[in-house]
Amino acid sequence: MNLAQFFVRHGGEILQATLEHIWLVGLTMFLAIVVGVPLGILVTRRPWLSKPILGSANVAETIPSLALFGFLLPIPWLGDRADRLAVVALTLYALLPIIRNTAAGIDGVDRAVREAARGMGMTELQILVQVELPLSLSTVIAGIRVATVLTIGVATIAAAVGAGGLGEFIFRGLAMVNDQLILAGAIPAAVLALGADFLLGMLERRLRPAR
Amino acid sequence: MSVEADTKPIIEFYNVSYRLPAGQALLNNLNFAVPRGETLVLIGRSGAGKTTTLKLINRLLEPTGGEVHIEGRSTISWDPIELRRRIGYVIQEAGLFPHFTVEQNVSLVPRLEHWSEKRIGSRVEELLALVGLEPRKFLSRYPHELSGGERQRVGVARALAADPQILLMDEPFGALDPLTRGEVRREFHDLEQRLEKAIVIVTHDISEALLLGTRIGLVEAGELRGIYSPREFVHATEPAAVAYVAQLRVLEEAERTSR
Repeated sequence: MNLAQFFVRHGGEILQATLEHIWLVGLTMFLAIVVGVPLGILVTRRPWLSKPILGSANVAETIPSLALFGFLLPIPWLGDRADRLAVVALTLYALLPIIRNTAAGIDGVDRAVREAARGMGMTELQILVQVELPLSLSTVIAGIRVATVLTIGVATIAAAVGAGGLGEFIFRGLAMVNDQLILAGAIPAAVLALGADFLLGMLERRLRPAR
Repeated sequence: MSVEADTKPIIEFYNVSYRLPAGQALLNNLNFAVPRGETLVLIGRSGAGKTTTLKLINRLLEPTGGEVHIEGRSTISWDPIELRRRIGYVIQEAGLFPHFTVEQNVSLVPRLEHWSEKRIGSRVEELLALVGLEPRKFLSRYPHELSGGERQRVGVARALAADPQILLMDEPFGALDPLTRGEVRREFHDLEQRLEKAIVIVTHDISEALLLGTRIGLVEAGELRGIYSPREFVHATEPAAVAYVAQLRVLEEAERTSR
């Protein structure tokens, strides 16, 4: 049986796993954006928080993913459900690029523009919403793009704690020394990653402010 | 000179000092007043304290000694947002919002002040015409589609949008090439005489000071060394003033010999 036949025969399962994977990644990215963008903004407002916040996100990033899943397992509410555990661990991974890019984007806004905004009587919130965020949007999206591609890859490891997704095939394939099974997980994951990279890259370019 | 209510100073500095939190003094004991219809040009070296003086007027900074009064009230008793919306502010490179069209840039303060769309529309057209830009042609352009001189004109239109009594300009024409600078400056000179506002301009360009100023304040090392009429300034004995005027003479000389 060649690879194409394998994919056709197991199409339903592969599709099911792919949807699980997208669900894991989507939920993770939603949480990472909801937490990461405000943290990135906070870093620009309270520079003394920059070290602790970016430092913590950095540490999370350096923990090997399998180990991170393991560390979180004994935590009461988290360890109860595999997908819950996976999403939290993946979110911790996805945070760093988002926080970093949000802060960098806002810091990169032309000083003259910010100065003019303040001088004309815009409130801090108006400056943030009407000036700083729109002008840093493409940088923020670039961070989300990096985080998404990363998460799609790392999410395959979530299968190790039973969270499902395309990693299921990979781990089973490894255990059974079955290349086709491994590829049934690896190929859709790679396609997802490339697709996300392409789409978010397009969005990033469209939102880049003209100079 | 008659003392009418109208000529009462809009901007007043009483013994104003400003020092950085670390203790370094940037401004020492400034005293001056600017009434309506007057343009005070602050001239001095980079770092002399000119921009700091401007920022004390719209409360981007607060004095560490003395008081700055706007329309008779100390800046620290004003709500800073309300105060700034009553003061036009033009900075070098214009500081236009790159993601806003000309129309959006100019209408910024009226929008913040919740003017009706109809009133905003007619005001924007009026302002663009005032600074010599044809509204139909420029309304929907973005700043990167404008020349330096056009950007600066939009910056002036934006500052004038809500018809402020006070206009602050920080090296407004500094980033322009010399020819455009001369052009925009002359236009502004015509404009300023029609505006009847209290204007403070910061520059280090002596010809700008002489052309635009009804009075010229010489700022050196955080102190106001004197306030002169343009005519007085040319004949002042203060060494720094003499140095500026000498620079002007050199220019005139070069102009004459190159003809």
